[in-house]
Amino acid sequence: MPAIPYTTANREQRERRAKRDTRHDRWFRITLLTAALLVLSVMLGAAISTLWGGRLAFSTFGWSFLTSSEWDVVNGRFGALVPIYGTLVTSLIALILAVPVSFGIALFLSEIAPPWLRTPVASAVELLAGIPSIIYGMWGLFIFGPFMAEYLAPWINDYLGAIPVIGGLFQGPALGIGMLSAGIILAIMILPFITSVMYEVFRTVPQQLKESAYALGSTTWEVCWDIVLPYTRSAVVGGIFLGLGRALGETMAVTFVLGNSHQLSMSLMMPSSSIASVIANEFNEAYTDLHRSSLIALGFLLFVVTFIVLMLARLMLARMSRRAGN
Amino acid sequence: MSMNEGLYRTRKIKNAIAMALSSAAAVIGLGWLVWILATTLIKGGSALSLTLFTEMTPPPGAEGGLANALYGSVLISLLALAIGAPIGILAGLWLAEFARSSKLGTVIRFVNDILLSAPSIVIGLFVYTAVVIPMNHYTNGSISFSGFAGGLALAMLVIPVVTRTTDEMLQLQPASLREAALALGIPQWKVTLQILLRAAKAGVVTGVLLSMARITGETAPLLFTAFGNQFWNSNLLKPMASVPVTIFQFAMSPFETWQALAWAGALLLTIFVLALSILSRFVFSRKKGAQ
Repeated sequence: MPAIPYTTANREQRERRAKRDTRHDRWFRITLLTAALLVLSVMLGAAISTLWGGRLAFSTFGWSFLTSSEWDVVNGRFGALVPIYGTLVTSLIALILAVPVSFGIALFLSEIAPPWLRTPVASAVELLAGIPSIIYGMWGLFIFGPFMAEYLAPWINDYLGAIPVIGGLFQGPALGIGMLSAGIILAIMILPFITSVMYEVFRTVPQQLKESAYALGSTTWEVCWDIVLPYTRSAVVGGIFLGLGRALGETMAVTFVLGNSHQLSMSLMMPSSSIASVIANEFNEAYTDLHRSSLIALGFLLFVVTFIVLMLARLMLARMSRRAGN
Repeated sequence: MSMNEGLYRTRKIKNAIAMALSSAAAVIGLGWLVWILATTLIKGGSALSLTLFTEMTPPPGAEGGLANALYGSVLISLLALAIGAPIGILAGLWLAEFARSSKLGTVIRFVNDILLSAPSIVIGLFVYTAVVIPMNHYTNGSISFSGFAGGLALAMLVIPVVTRTTDEMLQLQPASLREAALALGIPQWKVTLQILLRAAKAGVVTGVLLSMARITGETAPLLFTAFGNQFWNSNLLKPMASVPVTIFQFAMSPFETWQALAWAGALLLTIFVLALSILSRFVFSRKKGAQ
């Protein structure tokens, strides 16, 4: 469109264009706002629809839905205790294993590795994050499970199982599938997420801080433990929570190796089930309304728990970036 | 003096141990990657053949391919991108251009970040209760599980990724660009779409590629939306096969031919996802180099 020369004669024409532009801008803003509100509605929709879909289970069982370990499809009695327990235990195992290793890798990348090694290792970790979770699941079922049953499980039984008090956790048949296997697979899966958050925030630590500590004679480890970690604490915790959120809601990696058992068991070597794995395994075979509703109710619980965990994660990460901004 | 030396030595030893452990962690982390990729490559490679692309998924125990699942995956993913990418870009534009520090903007940005890692199986349940059941109800059972529902579920995973990257990329554009354009009297919608969005194109494309990588391997949201189908199907209102769901079904089965097909599918998925993430990095770094 050619520009309109600024003369008194075409004043009307100019005003018309200004008005049209204003109108277009208003519609543009409304369109964009609608899209942004859709983001919000996905979140609300997921919460409300799972609550609505699970209403039959919630109204039938009430609070006992949370405390009962019974999962009887034939007689229509459903309790979420075993899947909740399985979800928490596998995620906890994953965190216990993944956090130190992630910290090690982030430390290696930010302080130890020579510059030429940094980029390839960091990209490899990111590639690990991109592998679809179903690949982890298959690998767990076909490769890691048998490996676990043959080599790891007997060793764990003999040595960890002999420890007083916590030994009971590690005693059980060498099935290869179970809560410990699922936890290990989950740990491998969340490792890259936690690592990349840690590596990223470790790099935001001001160089002067680190160099001052080195100048005072600190070792690399002391700089990491006493300078870098305290400076980045909230973001590191945020990254860990991000990993936890992933682990809680992960479906495919866990479904393959958990064994889908509804028996409550103390031993980590025994099969169990997690919220996500129960839904994935049973939803398409659920023929009664109550069974289906119970599964959707489980989905609602999962959503609420992961929402809270991820919210805490984001709040802690935001705190860190606010400080970095100041 | 000797006490000082002792202290010095313990600190040195402690440091050496920590450094060794940390290097070991890196080796372990990369070791898993190599192990998983090698397995996928070997197991999938031996099952790879041209019939994968020409034959349908077989009945239990028989030979066959993944043609219908690949086709279904492509259709569902394209649908998801067609729905999710525009919404994500528009939402990202709003966040970056109109809501940088407003209260609603902060809330939406926060919710979007949570959606980024929300459990995808819940999204599947959401679409099941909000789309599959009502459609089934209003069409008297002639439509239930559908490729459309699957695409919708995946679109909800595309939206947060694209929104986030678009928001970030737009915020990186210099204020002078914006001000210069507005000073010329160009309406804001034109400034946003034709100047800012164009300047941030590489970043936005990267976001779309990343979201594609994200949905390629997603299984959980498709289980009870697109369901699965043994046959070639182009009708988006019918159940549709997809590679991840087929892998899930076949890998859990006791049949060797099915398991081989599952590995072949896993290899295809992995190659595609890795290629996408390398491509997205390439798009992004080329843009950075040009600036």
